[in-house]
Amino acid sequence: MPEDYGPIVILAVVAVGLSAIAIAAPALFGPKRPTETKLAPYESGKLPIGPARRRFSVQYYLYATLFLLFDVAFLLLFPWAVVFRDLAPKMTGLLIAGIFALTLVAGLVYVWKRGGLEWE
Amino acid sequence: MEISIAPLNLLAIAPQIVVSVTALVVLLVGLFLPEEHRGRIAWPSLAGVLIAAGLLYYLWDRNDLTLSAMLRTDGYSLFLNLIILIAAALAILFSVDYAGRVRLPRTEYYSLLLLSTTGMMLMTAAVNLITLFLALEMLSIALYVLVGLNRAEQRSGEAAIKYLVLGAFSSGFLLYGMALVYGQVGSMALDDVRVHLLSTGSQSPVLLWLGLGLMLIGFGFKVALVPFHMWTPDVYQGAPTSVTAFMSAGTKVAGFAALGRVTLVAFSGLQNVWIWVLAVLAALTMTIGNLAALRQTNLKRMLAYSSIAHAGYVLVGLTAANRTGLDAVFFYLFIYAFMNTGAFAVLIAAHRLGSSPVAGENLDDLAGLAEHRPWLAAAMALLMFSLTGVPPLAGFLGKLYLFSAAVEAGLIWLAILGVLNSVVSAYYYLRVVVTMYMRDKKGAEVVPAPLCPALQLGIAVAAIATVFWGLWPASILNLVTITTRSFFGG
Repeated sequence: MPEDYGPIVILAVVAVGLSAIAIAAPALFGPKRPTETKLAPYESGKLPIGPARRRFSVQYYLYATLFLLFDVAFLLLFPWAVVFRDLAPKMTGLLIAGIFALTLVAGLVYVWKRGGLEWE
Repeated sequence: MEISIAPLNLLAIAPQIVVSVTALVVLLVGLFLPEEHRGRIAWPSLAGVLIAAGLLYYLWDRNDLTLSAMLRTDGYSLFLNLIILIAAALAILFSVDYAGRVRLPRTEYYSLLLLSTTGMMLMTAAVNLITLFLALEMLSIALYVLVGLNRAEQRSGEAAIKYLVLGAFSSGFLLYGMALVYGQVGSMALDDVRVHLLSTGSQSPVLLWLGLGLMLIGFGFKVALVPFHMWTPDVYQGAPTSVTAFMSAGTKVAGFAALGRVTLVAFSGLQNVWIWVLAVLAALTMTIGNLAALRQTNLKRMLAYSSIAHAGYVLVGLTAANRTGLDAVFFYLFIYAFMNTGAFAVLIAAHRLGSSPVAGENLDDLAGLAEHRPWLAAAMALLMFSLTGVPPLAGFLGKLYLFSAAVEAGLIWLAILGVLNSVVSAYYYLRVVVTMYMRDKKGAEVVPAPLCPALQLGIAVAAIATVFWGLWPASILNLVTITTRSFFGG
């Protein structure tokens, strides 16, 4: 069935082609009259102040990491909760999820106690 | 609709559970201990490891598939778990004093050590590509952190980054190989791969060949086989010495466990193909490991290259792909765990006796050791002789079994190369002995510090083990033959 992919190939060619034309046409035919104002970096219409490279606090990376961890963990608990009614030995199901959740709680206790949740 | 959960046979993985629970308990208890008492965490950690070892004895003659056929507790995994637990126990003994002295965060240190041990133990039991990969990641991620735990040392962080980046890269290879195998077979279970190969035979599609090749790269990285060994010297040198001692033994056991299950079980149908790949890898690994070790003056780097060479020797046994070969691999890994961790422990002791932060790492630091520390020097000499393979020590027997297995399998050239390599290795191992006994200490003074009893105990155990099992190997050989008989289903 390679022929089934024909329309996709056509779509891909059209998409790439149109984009190429849209980029190439102004570059070829458009008038170019650069002035200093036009070449300045665009900052929402305001005059640029200072360089863009500045130091900023990256404390939030800890929060981001922790969020990711617990987010994925709960992602795994949701399907479990949905099918819990149908699990055959319910206690085994509860036990497995319980061990999982307890391990997470241990992690949370660790982070909390080590000051990972403090914002300085 | 009812979703039935397969009964949990938790007893079969009780050793792994004990170690992982110990890791969590240690982590939480360490949080609530004041800084000056955190060193005591070593003892509950050691207790957890010993309890797990006791459970191995209790589970000894089992052959259970557990957790929806994801893990298999058989003689193969139990014996290798024993080696891993020995390495972990020795590493904990070596850390009691060292971890406090170089200011490692001890709560995290012991906890990660145990988590890494759990990953290794799961890896020996994994009979499914998914569990194999998860176990590998579990042991690796814990090790990445352990390697970089010495934050006062810049080299430690450098080693951790190198290990992380290259490790993640090799995990990618492994995973890609697994995906190709799954694409062809339609199952992740190693047994299904084997059955599939038995039906297709050598006409098996190229996807499986590619898959096996990529997986070999992934495992080759973990056990430091030669084209994939570049990370080893830097990481072993930069990591805290106790971590190096642990990972040099533990990771190799886990890696070879996985390699053994994948080649001997899953891909037994392609044996005539991978045997040549492994033979070439073994030849390269032995030769390049030994030649590179010749030029090292930093002992940690020297032992790193020596561990590469030893991975090559072990691979010779696996290449033989018969029962004698697997017997030899098991025996050698068992002995190697004592020899190698012991050698690193002597470096820890020498670190204690010197005054600089890198004391004990250079060959010169051991000069005159025989004079002021005769027992320590004697233990190091024993370990070095055993690593060389001098009879009657255990290292000699291990090499004898490995090379005779290769001869039995018709790989005589590989056995000859192995023996030649052992001769080459004598140069750099004996240089250590010569330095300890025949050179005087110049310049830097010796700190007359008493060594921690736990460290002394660990070194003594390692040194005595190489003598004991060199003279009376029967006890271990019996265990090994029972194990491999059940593995080959004979």
